[in-house]
Amino acid sequence: MTQILIVGATSAMARGAAFAWAAQGHRLLLAGRDVNELARLASDIQVRFQTRAEVIELDLDHNADRPAWVVNLEAEYGQVDGVLLAAGWMPDSESMRRGDDAMRVIQRNYTGPVALLNAFADVFEQRELGFIVGIASVAGDRGRQSNYPYGAAKAGFATYLAGLRNRLFHAGVSVMTVKPGFVDTRMTFGLPGLFLVADPMQVGEVIVHAQRRGRNEIYVPGFWRLILLIIRHVPEFIFKRLKL
Amino acid sequence: MTEIAFVEKQIAGWGNYPLVDARLARVERYAELAEWAHRPCLARGLGRAYGDAAISLQGHTLLTMRLNRFLSFDPVSGLLCAEAGVSLDDILRVVMPQGWFLPVTPGTRYVTLGGAIASDVHGKNHHHVGSFSAFVKSIVLFTVHGPLRCSAEENAACFWATVGGMGMTGLIGEVELQLKPIQSADMSVTHVPAANLTEIMALMRDPAQDDEYTVAWIDCLAQGEALGRSILVRGHHIDGSLGPAPGAARLSMPVNLPGFCLNSHSVRAFNSLYYRWQSRKTAPHRVAIAPFFYPLDGIRDWPKLYGKGGFVQYQFVLPEGSAEAGIREVLARISEGGNASFLAVLKRFGAQGEGLLSFPMPGFTLALDIPLRAGTLTLLDTLDTIVLAHGGRVYLAKDARMSASTLQQMYPRLAEWQSIRHQLDPNGLYVSALGQRLEMC
Repeated sequence: MTQILIVGATSAMARGAAFAWAAQGHRLLLAGRDVNELARLASDIQVRFQTRAEVIELDLDHNADRPAWVVNLEAEYGQVDGVLLAAGWMPDSESMRRGDDAMRVIQRNYTGPVALLNAFADVFEQRELGFIVGIASVAGDRGRQSNYPYGAAKAGFATYLAGLRNRLFHAGVSVMTVKPGFVDTRMTFGLPGLFLVADPMQVGEVIVHAQRRGRNEIYVPGFWRLILLIIRHVPEFIFKRLKL
Repeated sequence: MTEIAFVEKQIAGWGNYPLVDARLARVERYAELAEWAHRPCLARGLGRAYGDAAISLQGHTLLTMRLNRFLSFDPVSGLLCAEAGVSLDDILRVVMPQGWFLPVTPGTRYVTLGGAIASDVHGKNHHHVGSFSAFVKSIVLFTVHGPLRCSAEENAACFWATVGGMGMTGLIGEVELQLKPIQSADMSVTHVPAANLTEIMALMRDPAQDDEYTVAWIDCLAQGEALGRSILVRGHHIDGSLGPAPGAARLSMPVNLPGFCLNSHSVRAFNSLYYRWQSRKTAPHRVAIAPFFYPLDGIRDWPKLYGKGGFVQYQFVLPEGSAEAGIREVLARISEGGNASFLAVLKRFGAQGEGLLSFPMPGFTLALDIPLRAGTLTLLDTLDTIVLAHGGRVYLAKDARMSASTLQQMYPRLAEWQSIRHQLDPNGLYVSALGQRLEMC
């Protein structure tokens, strides 16, 4: 039995992953800002799977002393064997272009996650044990006018995870990058132009299975790999003219 | 939450009639319920109400499926606390392996707790234990006045207006439900054939033929001497080992069946075969919980059997004294019109609960599926007249077409309900398409 920290545990995809891990009997630490909501998710997991789930208050808007935060967390709840970083934030395409929201997009999707994973990377590397799963996005594979600030932060996060995977491989620590396509979450509900929208509970389950099989980078659902392969190969002189 | 994300979509109830333009929104966090309670909206669970009960025309139709968290379960006492979007299927998966079952269950496990309360659903054991609300220890109701805990003891008026209140008293957030212990996942089931209506009703009244659960399947197309030919199905939980909860549907209806497949000849043939086949199982036999309680849950999207035009379900109850005469008249109307109905189910109801708009009253209830064709709605108006003349009423959770004046005559406590509803919803926010059609608010 291992203990897994889920950051951004109120996300619907995180709940799917939490169910799959809880069904395997793992203990869960559910971290996020909304502790009332987290308490509901924790009791739900305890009733459904008769396994422990704890609520951890964590705000990635600050990059407070994360190494100390990790030490305290493990002192209180025991060793953390894996981290799923599912936190993320996407405001509407107008407000993410300027002002505080533009900076918040970078903080919540890139800087905040990186500050936390830096701390876990050191601990896991030294321990030669553990795994990290980070949720990036297909939006990071190519900048589009509708959400490039978000896409850029997620692209940065994906590149960070790739480098971390390379570094921690030598310590036997696995790092997996998840690139979800359209998933039926709070973030996407009601957005126009979505197609082939995936069930977040199933996406969560796919993440857990892929992690177990030692995958490096997955697209969920899998067909997005092909879609993004095409999108990445559209020549820039054409791409810049498109309204995407 | 500043802006409301929503999807514009045509939706309908389980019968696929009427189709209505709606604005669908989804509540993602529990705290959002308090905000929604200040806007025109109506909660929609799994959409199993047959008609227009879970649709808002004036505001948002609020999908509650994400508020499906269990809050606590005590495997010693069987007390469960969960959010209103939890489905009965979710509950069975969790509690059956631990020796607990729903004290009252409708014929599908794909309804939410909130929906079960809003319709105050009943099961095959109503004549012994009453309807769903009899086991609801408390609910949390969100209105413009904030969250309110209601139960038979606390804020009782709000509780009994919400039970059977079709979602129009506010948004149900949490539910405390007392479950029932079982020793195994199997039932002992006996079939008793009855040649006609008089016989089946006598059987259902006979204490020697009674059981924990009873229900009768009626061949609606049998006429003359055989009118009301039926099979009494009775069963009870038995001792033995606990199996897993019922699994997902194994069959599915991938497409709408073309209209001509379902006609009086095909249904007559099916009914005759089914009658003969089921009549032979007169010895007690073992049946798993899922096929006993949820035969249609085994076929995903079964309403597509009725084709694209959809169907209406007509369920009514008649008091003991007039039940036989009234049901005889209804069956005669249906069989003479050749209106095919696969499913006609007769049940006995016991004492009436305190829900102001709860459907059950002591007597007999008959439920019919009728595919929508030219003339169907006129036929149903005729049936309303028969039901009214015999002092009965129609089940709102299944209604898609009744008139306001009929409703007023059928539900004597409507005015009482309206006055409590007005206190809970002074601005008329939580009004369904059904409520508008029936001028309930």
